Amino acid sequence: MGANTKDFTSDNFETEVLKSAKPVLVDFWAEWCGPCKMLTPTIDEISSEYSDKFKIGKVNVDNNSELASKYGIRSIPCLLFFSNGEVQKQIVGAVEKSEIISELEKL
Amino acid sequence: MQNNVIIIGSGPAGYTAALYAARANLKPLIFEGNQPGGQLTITTDVENYPGFPDGILGPELMDKFKSQAERFGAKIYSMNVDKVEFSNSDFIVYVGNEDFSAKSIIISTGASAKLLGLESEKKLMGHGVSACATCDAFFFKNKHVYVVGGGDSAMEEATFLTKFATKVTIVHRRDSFRASKIMQDKVFKNDKINVLWNTQVIDMLGEPNTGGLKSILVENTITNEQSTIECEGLFLGIGHKPNSDIFKDQLELDNSGYIKTYNNSTQTSIPGVFAAGDIMDPVYRQAITAAGSGCMAALDAEKYIENLHS
Repeated sequence: MGANTKDFTSDNFETEVLKSAKPVLVDFWAEWCGPCKMLTPTIDEISSEYSDKFKIGKVNVDNNSELASKYGIRSIPCLLFFSNGEVQKQIVGAVEKSEIISELEKL
Repeated sequence: MQNNVIIIGSGPAGYTAALYAARANLKPLIFEGNQPGGQLTITTDVENYPGFPDGILGPELMDKFKSQAERFGAKIYSMNVDKVEFSNSDFIVYVGNEDFSAKSIIISTGASAKLLGLESEKKLMGHGVSACATCDAFFFKNKHVYVVGGGDSAMEEATFLTKFATKVTIVHRRDSFRASKIMQDKVFKNDKINVLWNTQVIDMLGEPNTGGLKSILVENTITNEQSTIECEGLFLGIGHKPNSDIFKDQLELDNSGYIKTYNNSTQTSIPGVFAAGDIMDPVYRQAITAAGSGCMAALDAEKYIENLHS
């Protein structure tokens, strides 16, 4: 995991994501998901370039299945864009960096 | 700077072409596209790739292909080619804001899962509708899910889904499968799987914001009788289409969109442009045949470049 990419879990989700002062990008992923692994370098790049403006982290769905079901995740990788504790946007599938950044800029 | 060879697309064909071109000292560039490693990265066990008697995971096999190409100096970029210009003998490839030129091109953009083409399907993709069982089966633990299709990919998806779902129903528009015998046997032996024959899905109902897919509307292909079935998970296994959109105005394609090749080689309608793997192969579509044609394309490109200089 990239140095600036955080590990979100059921235990820290409320403080790290829902009550975060900065907008948050959450990447739902799993070890067994090929497309998730392809997206990982992109997420790490974004987190090292944009960590001053956004908080960026990942949720392992195997270990945090209640978070996955709370947010209705039915396909991964799935990116949720949060601001003020609310989901503003959802992207399913491995997409290009530019698409993720343009969604982040809207937050 | 003009490159010797640019390879567009990864997977067994692209990486093998890169390996051979790199070993021929052609210093190839390879643009992997938005699914580096290709279709094998969304499969599980690959049992039919020679040299791996115990099978190997698809993503792992592709990692090995990639590092072997890198070992000989292939430059690999995880970027997507947006546009190509093949009308001059100096071929141009556009990637985002940059462009690259080359004496020869190898196309190995492969194929992607076909969709039914319904409006509702687009809307519900990732919300109960999926074209990748290995990615999404996990989210359908202890549920009853449906698979559309009758070929090998539908059989594989259905079999894989039984690891998570309580019941899997295959919806197929004909009265028999075209899948290989060994895959059909796996399905018929699995008591979690049943089949709705002569049935096609004509609509998907539900909203992304309120829980996703709720039900599917199906039609019997013989009686035309329609019915609605409760369904929270629908997996598409109806085959693949070649990823040839960016080449359609530049190269000759067949009616299904596959790039045409000539003279028992990988040469396309433009000399110096070669195609390998699923993008030019509507028949075999195996990892090993893709790798084989990737090798052919690199050898064809090498010969073409040699002749340019003589």
